[in-house]
Order: sequence, then C-alpha cells, then structure tokens
Amino acid sequence: MDAITVNNVTKTYNKKTVLAVDNISFSVGKGEIFGLIGPDGAGKSTIFRMLTTLLLPDSGTATVGGLDVVKDFKAIRGIVGYMPGRFSLYQDLTVEENLTFFATVFNTTIEENYNLIKDIYVQIEPFKDRRAGKLSGGMKQKLALCCALIHKPQVLFLDEPTTGVDVVSRKEFWDMLKRLKEQDITILVSTSYMDEATMCDRIGLILDGKMLSIASPEDTIKAYPEKLYAVKADSIYHLLLDLRTYEGTINCYTFGEYLHLSITTNEVEVRKYLEDKGHTNIEFKVIAPTVEDCFIRLLKHQDERNSNKDK
Amino acid sequence: MSEIVIKTNKLTKRFGDFVAVDEITFDVHKGEIFGFLGANGAGKTTAMRMLCGLSIPTSGEAMVAGFDIFKEPEEVKKNIGYMSQKFSLYEDLTVKENIEFYGGIYGLSNKEIKEKSTELIDKLGLHNEAKKLVSSLPLGWKQKLSFSVAIVHQPKIVFLDEPTGGVDPSMRRQFWDLIYEGADKGITIFITTHYLDEAEYCNRVSIMVDGKIEALDSPAGLRKTYEATTMDEVFYKLARKAKRSE
Repeated sequence: MDAITVNNVTKTYNKKTVLAVDNISFSVGKGEIFGLIGPDGAGKSTIFRMLTTLLLPDSGTATVGGLDVVKDFKAIRGIVGYMPGRFSLYQDLTVEENLTFFATVFNTTIEENYNLIKDIYVQIEPFKDRRAGKLSGGMKQKLALCCALIHKPQVLFLDEPTTGVDVVSRKEFWDMLKRLKEQDITILVSTSYMDEATMCDRIGLILDGKMLSIASPEDTIKAYPEKLYAVKADSIYHLLLDLRTYEGTINCYTFGEYLHLSITTNEVEVRKYLEDKGHTNIEFKVIAPTVEDCFIRLLKHQDERNSNKDK
Repeated sequence: MSEIVIKTNKLTKRFGDFVAVDEITFDVHKGEIFGFLGANGAGKTTAMRMLCGLSIPTSGEAMVAGFDIFKEPEEVKKNIGYMSQKFSLYEDLTVKENIEFYGGIYGLSNKEIKEKSTELIDKLGLHNEAKKLVSSLPLGWKQKLSFSVAIVHQPKIVFLDEPTGGVDPSMRRQFWDLIYEGADKGITIFITTHYLDEAEYCNRVSIMVDGKIEALDSPAGLRKTYEATTMDEVFYKLARKAKRSE
C-alpha cells in the first residue's frame, strides 16, 4: 500500500482567484524518499499543508497511511511528523522543553523513541538548556527534526528543511534521512538544493501548481533532450553576455566555474563567434546534464510558454 | 593592483568568553566579487555586521569604503549597501513605497528617487506589481528587489548576507545576473552563501572556521590547494574540522 496517495487534488485561495495546486496526482511508496522540486510559489507548501490536514483541498482526494485527509484528519495527525518551512518551534522554550512538549502532545516520552532521534539529538544535547530562539540555523533544523520524529511517525513531511544550512550540516541531515528510510519511514521533502534532489528515490517537478514530471533522478536526467556543453573563457561574465545574444543559443547560464550551454548550431561555429568577439582561453566540452540543468530547462520552457500566452 | 575598499587587521569580536570573530585580516579590492563562506555559526554574520558599522569590534582595525569602522561608523553606513538574510524590505509597504523609502533613507533627492524608482521597476519587470504589497511577491522577486534597493544610492560596496537562501536554481541565476552587472559597474560585492556553485562566481573566496579565516584564494586556487574538484569538497575539507558546533 502506498504511504501517500494524491488524486486530482486542486486548491485555490482568495475566493478561487488564486490557483495554488492544479489537479495534481502522485503517490509515494512506503519507505520512499520523494522530493518535491519547484520554484517559490509553485504550490509545494500548499501540498504539504493539505497532506498534514491543515488545509482542505477544494476537490480531489488524498490519503496518508491509508487514511483520508478530510475524514480521518485526527488519526493522520497522530502518524505524521511535519517540519514546516519556517522555524516552527517555541522560541521561548529551551531545546529540551520543546522536545518534551512535542512528546507530551503525542502521548509519548523522549525516552520511548530516543533511539530514533539519538544521532541528531546528541549533537544538540550540549545546548539543551538554551532557548530555541537563540540557536543558529543548522541547530534549529536539527531540533525541529527531532521534534517531528519524537512520536515515531510513519510519514515525515519536510518542507525545505535545509534552507540556510551549510553543506556539512546538510550532509549530516541527509545521512539521517537515509537511516529513517531504512526504518521504513516515508519521507516527502522539498528542497532548493539540487544535490539533495539527486538523493531522493523519485522527484516530482512542480510548477504553477502543476506536476510536470515524476521520475527517478537518473530518469529525469536521461530525458534531457539536448546536447549540453560546458564552456569557459577568461572573462566569464562577458562570455555569458555574448553567448546569450548569439542567435544559435537555446539556453546559457552560469554553473559553478563553467557556463552551461545548449545550441542549435555546433561547437565550431560557436568557437568562431566567440573568437571574433575577442574571447581568450576558450574551453568547450560536452557534459552530462544534472537535475539542476533539467530544472532550469523546464522553467525556461514554461516562461516562454507564458510569455507567448501574454502576447 | 586596484584600489582597496575593505581592509581589516586582526579584527575581533567577543561576546563574553565566546570569540565569535577571531583576528581576521584580509583585503577586498574595488569591483571584486568576494565570497565570504563558512559553516553556520562560524562568525560570518558577526564579521559582516562589524564591517557595516552595526556592531563595534572588541579589537583590531578595519577600514571600509575609506572610513574607519571604529571612528566613523556613520560614514561607513552612508557608503555601503546591506542586504541581511532575514529582513530587508517592508512587507506592508508596496514595491514602489519600499524603493522610495530606501531612496529617502540613503539621502537621494526627490527627483533622483523618482528616476530610480521608474528605472528599477522597468529593469525588474515589476510594472504590474509596483503598487502591490511586498508581502505578496514570491521570494525570488523580493530578493532581486531588495538587492536593487541596497544599491539604489550607488554605494562603493554592497554586503549580501545569504541573499539566495531558499531561492530556486533558476531564480538564483537571475539574482547573480544582477550581481555581475553591479560588479561590472564597479560596485564591490561582499557575499555569503551556502550554495557552493555560487562560490565559483566569486573572484576570491574566504572560508571561515570557528571565527578564523582558514583559507582565502580564487576558487581555482582553493581547488588546487585542497586537491578538490569542486568547491563543495574544499568547503567540506575545511569545515568538517570545526570544533565549535554553531
């Protein structure tokens, strides 16, 4: 049985003037890590809030742990853990008080499920008497995860859990998620870090309230239709400007130390164009796309479609 | 060598027994994009606040935009822009009101404010949103607007504290287009980020560990020194050995 099912769910705001989620369907298997990837305002948090029974869908049905999000909302609240995007702990309570509070609300104790949170909790334990509001970014996320896990939920909802968190803490966080997965906990997570998207079992790309594709990271990458090049030269900024005005360019954007480029012409012609523009030390190579390239491509297409619509 | 716009010498900030920033010494040149990296709690925000004249250092020296941060913090503030990670726009003012407000704060004349606000709204494509409250804008747009108001008075330096946190990959690149453009016009960019692909867009990068600057070089230089293929690896090698957790 799937841990999460979503069938043709739609949600509007402001007396139906704002369409937040547009007829979305997907399912997440037990013990699966499913990533929701999309720009700000795509509808990700609305999906989280409907599945955690904090918002009612306008239409469509959804289940979590086999329970209906409308009819069985009380039962669902007992079996899910939720980490909302914004810091949601009690700022005036200490680390330990926050954890005790969440345990009590769910009729359990810190001791009962300590093994589940131990790996993370030991890292914040030295600060257990510090108020949550006085913790720094990475530490808050760890405490929030502990609080979301303290009642041993079957399904974990993590809405951008690592925003503002450094790469070392993010890695620790994801190591932890993999251990939770081994214990058959299902995880629905959204993120703006594409390296994290790659660590999900499957990812759903979402835009303007619609689900555009659902696939494993590998298959998402395989579906990339164009040849992709990495290019660099001495003046990377002017290279970017020149490549954007080149008529054979489909898309060109920064990507670490290189620019990523897709073209309708070929390498020889682009090189000639760039040399004519006075670029020096031009490096050009074919590369395999990443999830980030897929995401950027999708967004560009959507933008073009929208601007055509406007015209 | 071009003009130096930030110069620090053993700059230190203590909170009681805790040394948040521990004798950092470095220079930043005019027009440079300088990446100021470090783990959460390494001391980046504290250091940045001192350089902006918002927090008085415990010891050491620093000159920013030609002014001493101890003696002339108000002059420093007039000559820089600052975009903080948490707050930079008034959510219950409209887009246009925010631009006008910041223009006023930074001492622009009414005429300049009018010109600037038309120019910015044009450039960011915010015509339909100009009269809407900032709270209704998507995060990425807010960040672009907030960068634009931070440089509305054409400061010598702009300090950006995690400007792209939580912003999607496509919007982050649009944000960086604005940064490049600013730098190209000679504005020095001092920026912190947790997206290490963005570290590559900087001319030079420093990495702070436990209040100290452990490494400072161009991205290519750092990759070479630390025998790494990406900035992620460089950062990981350095930050992993941090003793103080946050």
